[in-house]
Amino acid sequence: MGLLSASTSLTRYKVDGKLEDPILDTIAAGLKNNTISDIDGNPSEQAAGWASFQDPFNSNFDGSSFMIGTYIVFALRIDKKSVPSKMIQKHFAIASAKRLKEMGRDFLSADEKRMVKDHVINMLTLKMPSTPNVFDVVWQYEIGELWFFSNLKSANEALETLFIKSFGVSLVRSIPYTMAAMDPRMTAKEQDLLHKLSASQQN
Amino acid sequence: MLDIAVAYNRYTFLGNEFLTWIWFLIEKDQDTLRQCAQDPLELSVGNRMVLVNRWANGMETVTIKGDAAGLEEGLLALSKGAWVTELNLVFKSGALQWQFSIKGESLNFSSLKLPETGNAEQMDDMEGLILDKLYLYEKPFQLIDALFRKFVALRLSGTWPAAKSNMMKWIQG
Repeated sequence: MGLLSASTSLTRYKVDGKLEDPILDTIAAGLKNNTISDIDGNPSEQAAGWASFQDPFNSNFDGSSFMIGTYIVFALRIDKKSVPSKMIQKHFAIASAKRLKEMGRDFLSADEKRMVKDHVINMLTLKMPSTPNVFDVVWQYEIGELWFFSNLKSANEALETLFIKSFGVSLVRSIPYTMAAMDPRMTAKEQDLLHKLSASQQN
Repeated sequence: MLDIAVAYNRYTFLGNEFLTWIWFLIEKDQDTLRQCAQDPLELSVGNRMVLVNRWANGMETVTIKGDAAGLEEGLLALSKGAWVTELNLVFKSGALQWQFSIKGESLNFSSLKLPETGNAEQMDDMEGLILDKLYLYEKPFQLIDALFRKFVALRLSGTWPAAKSNMMKWIQG
């Protein structure tokens, strides 16, 4: 569900920290250095990285292609391989039988079973194509706000981790507490009251 | 600043009270609503509301769904001590209409539908289409932010007991 979808879900963030000058070069370098790497044909189970908004499967951050007006628009892509457990079970049975035949024995020890299973999982992960999930990101760096087009916990956590790694500044989720506490119009007295606040009773 | 994970749980009540207050404004205090928008607006409850009563024997959840659903069950739940934890809102400004759900615990937006714009196939100018969309996304965010600021100022002020008393009168009918 991206920003052009008919119906979207999104989480808003405040960007906490100052980007290195020149800002656009810092952003471009952060995007390029952390672009998603394809994991098809290698044994990795998951990869997360930045992708182009307009072409998330052939990402290129050359020039300022990520700038639309004053907005920085790009995407977080998370590629994941998921090997069905029944497929692992089948190949484990085949590999175990082959191993027993080679060794001329009737049973495998727990360690041997674990090694066979690890080998089967690696082999299947290598062959399995990854499933990509693309989540759009809109960053208004001038006002330090970012919109992430997903409310999925795992996707939000991947975004927060990759963002600080890429740009050296962190994201703070806009939840009731942060929206109140980070409002620059809050006086010291109000901040104090906020920290002591407890739920209202209706009666 | 508190740790986010701690603050998320600790201040969930603030978001739930905020959503309940929005419903109260919609029903009884349109003037305050209008003060929070730059343009004339209409705000109404949409097709979904979830209320949770944590003080009940065990936790009680009431969900109201449907375009023509009555909200009496919601008021009844409030009168027993529940707060609104999720609210679907319809926001109109001029000829434009937005609809979205918002959760009290996170103030995240979901099922957000913007006013109609041309689609990508019809519009040669992709950048123009995206800028139109981004402009339209900002409107409900600005409204919720302005309402939230107003609510927090009220909640932290000495006038909250009187405001809460007005809400109680509305709840008790």
